[in-house]
Amino acid sequence: MSRAERYAPVVFGLAALALWQGLVIGLRVKPYVLPGPAAIVAAFWADRGSLLLSLVSTLAVTGAALLAAALLGMALALAMAASRLARAAIQPWAVVLQVTPVVAIAPLIIIWVHQQFAAMVVCATIVAFFPVLSNTAAGLAATPPELADLFRLNGASRWQTLALLRLPSALPFFLAGLRIAGTLALVGAVVAEFVASSGGFAGGLAGRILEAGYRLEIPRMFAALTLLALTGIVIYAALGAVERGMLRRFGAGGRDARGGA
Amino acid sequence: MVRLERVTRRFGAGTVALAGIDAAIGRGEFVALLGPSGCGKSTLLRLLAGLDAPDAGLLAWEGGAAPGAGEIGFVFQDATLLPWASAARNVHLPLRLAGRRFEGDAALVHGLLARLGLAGFEDAKPAALSGGMRMRVAIARALVSRPRLLLMDEPFAALDEFTRNRLQDDLLALWRETGSTIVFVTHSIYEAAYLASRIVVMTPRPGRIAAEIASPLAAGGDRRTDPAYAALVREVTQTLRAVMPA
Repeated sequence: MSRAERYAPVVFGLAALALWQGLVIGLRVKPYVLPGPAAIVAAFWADRGSLLLSLVSTLAVTGAALLAAALLGMALALAMAASRLARAAIQPWAVVLQVTPVVAIAPLIIIWVHQQFAAMVVCATIVAFFPVLSNTAAGLAATPPELADLFRLNGASRWQTLALLRLPSALPFFLAGLRIAGTLALVGAVVAEFVASSGGFAGGLAGRILEAGYRLEIPRMFAALTLLALTGIVIYAALGAVERGMLRRFGAGGRDARGGA
Repeated sequence: MVRLERVTRRFGAGTVALAGIDAAIGRGEFVALLGPSGCGKSTLLRLLAGLDAPDAGLLAWEGGAAPGAGEIGFVFQDATLLPWASAARNVHLPLRLAGRRFEGDAALVHGLLARLGLAGFEDAKPAALSGGMRMRVAIARALVSRPRLLLMDEPFAALDEFTRNRLQDDLLALWRETGSTIVFVTHSIYEAAYLASRIVVMTPRPGRIAAEIASPLAAGGDRRTDPAYAALVREVTQTLRAVMPA
């Protein structure tokens, strides 16, 4: 990538922001319709304490949901890999959970699970676990058959085959699923916050967005939105870095476990 | 070492991979199974390895018992190494599966790698090795448990000719040194003639043994330029031409 290509997105973004600011000033757009970038930054600075506190609350739900999604997805994928009966039993229900919009299930979960934080984590986990499950299951099933034969020839136990062959082979798949799950967990956390706010919950960035909307504080709404978007990017990039680091440690990764000759 | 009696293997409805194979493999032999794709060579190898079972007929092993864990070395067409493990750890894998720790076997593993020309590459990951080097690691891995029988399924087919020739030479030297028993599947007449002490020619669908040719080549000397090698290639070629369906 050339220097010009590396800086292109930054320059483009700054130019777009400048144009936006210029148009808002030039056309005298009211800030409660569309605030300019400067007004948004000002609103963020004025409200930084409550916004960052809300971010921490949202991140707590996201983090807990991501952890739960990773564990649940991995456990279900292992069960599906271990037994065809388990696969037949689990797979359709995983798909049902995946295709049902979480907004539709969230009110029910919030009624069932009394503890608010736990309820939101459950919602976000439902959104986030599917890519971990499907990717890990695909990875566990993609063990090169020759290596599986080699393990059989040497009398490997089921446990040895799992620990020394199938899990390491599935690692790149799991990590790719985890990266998708990270951003989905954030989406799920925000959706859960929206639903919970109708029951009086006021935490989280979704709470700030709703609150700003009721008060027609549009710059503050944009500030919360921007914070949310940046958080999504940071989560995606951080999990990407984890993925690359782990794969470097584990050599070329399981995806070319066939090696070639 | 093992005798095959009327061994038959079918797949699904109607596909007969092997039809009544009668053969014997003696201790210390280097047998090449030669034939075109689909003649059941690989199926026969998997039956010998115990990875598959015949639908009819039997395999009678010397001493009565079929080889157990670690008593068969298998080299596949691809090196199929664990990409996350070093060359040394890959070679040690069969022993690790037998419950042994790497530390206790390090000298054995390093010696074997050195014997295969890979001294200094013990800690290299497969991705850092060339195709020929990866195949050498796979051969070392197949030998590390001192198997009774070494089975090789077109191991050099994907390598360039120079690498292939060197590996063939090294394999011959290794066979003479260790006196191991090798069954080597190939679809190359030249490879079969160069390596084997006996060539078993197979016909496709259903897989049958069409001919067996004992190699007249001397153990030492430069086989490639030996007129007897050229004569053997001619004999195998004519045999194949005679037995192949048009």
